Amino acid sequence: MDLGFLGWGARGWGDEFFRGALMTLAVATCAFLLGLVFGSIFASFKLSRHWPLRILGDIYTTVLRGIPELLVIYLIFFGGGALLTSIARGMFAYEGFINLPTFAIGTLCIALSAGAYSTEVIRGAVLAIPKGQFEAANAIGMSPWLKFRHVLFPQAARFALPGLGNVWQYALKDTSLISVVGLVEIMRTASLGAGSTKEPFTFYTTAFLLFMFLAWLSQRVFLRAEKWADRGVRRST
Amino acid sequence: MDFELIASTFPRMLAVLDKTLILAASSLAIGFFLAIGLAVASLSRFAVARSLVAGYVYVFRSTPLLVQLFLIYYGSGQFRHAFEAVGLWALFKDAWFCAIFALTLNTAAYSCMIIRGGLQSVPWGQVEAARAVGMSSVLAFRRIVFPIAIRQALPAYSNEMILMVKATSLASTITIIEMTGTAKNIISATYRPVEVFLVAGAFYLTINFLITRAVQALEIWLNPHQRRRSNRRTRVAVPR
Repeated sequence: MDLGFLGWGARGWGDEFFRGALMTLAVATCAFLLGLVFGSIFASFKLSRHWPLRILGDIYTTVLRGIPELLVIYLIFFGGGALLTSIARGMFAYEGFINLPTFAIGTLCIALSAGAYSTEVIRGAVLAIPKGQFEAANAIGMSPWLKFRHVLFPQAARFALPGLGNVWQYALKDTSLISVVGLVEIMRTASLGAGSTKEPFTFYTTAFLLFMFLAWLSQRVFLRAEKWADRGVRRST
Repeated sequence: MDFELIASTFPRMLAVLDKTLILAASSLAIGFFLAIGLAVASLSRFAVARSLVAGYVYVFRSTPLLVQLFLIYYGSGQFRHAFEAVGLWALFKDAWFCAIFALTLNTAAYSCMIIRGGLQSVPWGQVEAARAVGMSSVLAFRRIVFPIAIRQALPAYSNEMILMVKATSLASTITIIEMTGTAKNIISATYRPVEVFLVAGAFYLTINFLITRAVQALEIWLNPHQRRRSNRRTRVAVPR
């Protein structure tokens, strides 16, 4: 196999793949963080005392975990465009179709699905905190905010970390689906290269290896983070 | 909301429902047996077998299914002559074969870890007891170890089944127009995504709901010893 295609500059695809990998990481990171926001909100809904909020949380996690991500991407990509177009047509008499920025749409789609998975992770982590912790916090008269900051958050974060590592891996892999709407990340770069050089195997193998490398790298990062979060805890094994 | 579109989308989804079901069912069925073999190999005495399985699982779990699918379907085209020479090209030029092949390899990697966890959870005393009554190791595996392991693994495996149903949507990217592909075609023809999404989403949710329920029923059926304790009042008719 000729590896010259990986060269830098105008003739090689090395720099394109590098930028694609950065784009994949950027989408995955933004989607993961936004997913954490969704996850925290809906986890608090699911743990709420009020049943309408609980039902809302159940609907979110059931729908987003039961429907293919690809379908969600099509809905938001075409739906968002159709919505904006109809607004533009109604308000400014704009003719033609508005395409949405693929980065924002892609991030939102992955974040919605990552959010559904992190909802369950965060909910489980909050439930794993011993009840006595909250009783103790109440006993010394902590305000709700103080309780959240000093009791709930640090402990839930530690319990949630392994699960969130899985959510990150899902988000990282799901970014490949955004290539279907044209965002130039690793997968799209590979498709472009495969189309123009007629060497699909070479290019998809490169994408394959790049994803493996990113997964390996993030696994190391999360293991280190878990070690850091567990630093004050005495292990039984 | 365009109710006519919803009504006309419904039969079109129903017409391609079988494609989604065939993709999911065949890859899950083949993948399950592959996964049992892999799980047994990953717990074997042979270090080579163990590390081969570990490598296989790692590779397939750390890369997106879409890349695996494209690598098999489009990537095989680069070696067309080699495939033709050994007579495999008829298989690899077929999108259905490639889709089921990729889905099977993918689910086998995930299920392997689930079944392995189940096998590891079988108490050693069970194996000892099987040996004590003179069972061969194959018989002990078939009658004792495997049934207990599968009982443990079932809840996690139902998750994997749902993930596979969702994963079949990727087949639409390699020319198989199943439910997601049909939904996309209707959306790009009508620019009414919400209505189409509602119908397609309802189909997927129904499939996944039925799977969850079926596995729950299977779990109750496979765990007769736990039946009596839980909810005696609600479940009246327990077959004996």
